[in-house]
Amino acid sequence: MSASLNIIGELAYWQQTGIRVGAGLAAVLLIAGTLVYLHLFKLVSFMQSRLGPMEAGPFGSLQLLAEVGKFLQKEDIFPRKADRFVFAAAPFVVLMSTFLLVVVVPGGPDAWFIDTELGIYLAMAVSSISVIGILMAGWGSASKYSMLGGLRATGQLIAYELPLILAVIGVVIQAGTMNMQGIVFAQAEGSIFGWDGIGNPYILTQGVAFLIFMIAMQAELTQAPFDMPIAESELVSGYMTEYSGMRFLLFFIGEFATAGVFSAVAAVLFLGGWYIPGIDPNDNIMNVLGPLVMLVKIVGLTFVVFWARFTFPRFREDQLQKLAWKVLIPLALANIVVTGILKVAF
Amino acid sequence: MIGLLAAASADMDLYVAQNIFFGIIAAQMIYAAFRVVTTANVVHAALWLVLVLSGVAVQFILLGAEFVAITQVLVYIGAVVVLFLFGVMLTRASMGADESVASEKRSMATVVGVLLFTVMAVSLIDSFEDTRLVIDEPQSTTLVSDSIFSQYIVPFEAVSVLLLAALIGAIVVARRD
Repeated sequence: MSASLNIIGELAYWQQTGIRVGAGLAAVLLIAGTLVYLHLFKLVSFMQSRLGPMEAGPFGSLQLLAEVGKFLQKEDIFPRKADRFVFAAAPFVVLMSTFLLVVVVPGGPDAWFIDTELGIYLAMAVSSISVIGILMAGWGSASKYSMLGGLRATGQLIAYELPLILAVIGVVIQAGTMNMQGIVFAQAEGSIFGWDGIGNPYILTQGVAFLIFMIAMQAELTQAPFDMPIAESELVSGYMTEYSGMRFLLFFIGEFATAGVFSAVAAVLFLGGWYIPGIDPNDNIMNVLGPLVMLVKIVGLTFVVFWARFTFPRFREDQLQKLAWKVLIPLALANIVVTGILKVAF
Repeated sequence: MIGLLAAASADMDLYVAQNIFFGIIAAQMIYAAFRVVTTANVVHAALWLVLVLSGVAVQFILLGAEFVAITQVLVYIGAVVVLFLFGVMLTRASMGADESVASEKRSMATVVGVLLFTVMAVSLIDSFEDTRLVIDEPQSTTLVSDSIFSQYIVPFEAVSVLLLAALIGAIVVARRD
């Protein structure tokens, strides 16, 4: 923590925890809402030569509230043979994984939810919990479509978790720390061949890792071209088929919030995080500007994610597995070896 | 920061908060562990196992061992249980009670369980007696990695080779061409 005035630091432990949990939940909803409106409602509409929602509020900006209201009113349907508890709990498990992921992302020198030594390691660990939620949804629905969707999702998520984690290791080696703040500071204090105008964003030295991370992230989000688990033309809606109303909304929020949070992690790892060139990273103003910088980077990275999602056709299942095991994982391993050698050499 | 509880009360005589939470989580773990072996549905058993293993992770955090706790989540919940569930669902995932789960093997399993519990309890009590272990601060990851890659490098490499051998063995067994 910096020497600047830290109001949160003077509160009791349980008060700090309460504030951080509340802010984390708000961040999940805020990110999900921003992405649904900006990308799903507007960006995609413009790509498809239409206007998107226009009626509710200026430029349809209140459409989100209308949608939430609609979902809340819908009946919460349980299939007759479903395992009621597992079926009901599954969306919460998925959303909890997203929430645990958002807490590692820092927004400024003092604007963090948790500042643990193991930041990125924690992120990789909690992101794997969502698989259990997806399997619970697939099995608990007692439906063939859901079951197949759940199995496809699990096979895919296991395969792409490896390149995701291996890509991160290159950054960790270069930064010399797993702490998210440490990674931001390492980039802010770095220099490009002696020129330290913009620090050293790791996208320059870890470009391969960045590409692997973005591809694996797309697969982890089960978005096209990796949307075999949802595959609406084959499986109706995969593991989400039987969900309606509130619980479908939770899956929906989880999907978009996870896209935003993974992008935030990518922004911290590869794009310099909340750092603005020219401003001392320990300056108190960064606690206000930092989260805004992060938001801009999240929107920018998710723009790429959604661009790909609405442009590319779906992979075949065997192509999808082949890409992970035969291309991305060897590439990520080679990246680790090269990074390690260069780290020792320089 | 997760281990703040441990650090904050380090100079006190008793770790009051830790002890209370230890009790709550231990009770939850014991209940979940019983359900793992008594439930009649294989998928339910695996899901109860998630609760037991996450309880273990929380206990590690209460002890200030963040690295071990996160590894617990990554390896056991994120990989081992997921593979359990995946395997069960690929082969047989009946919705209701599964008769074949409750079999005569139960009595043998009980004997093994009690025996294992006795051995571990006796050896733990015997080696620690009433030693008080003081946790000053969360265990640093640098310390963990330094000791793995210097003092324990030989066992670490041996385990790595063993795992690799098991991996290759699994592939050889699975491939039938």
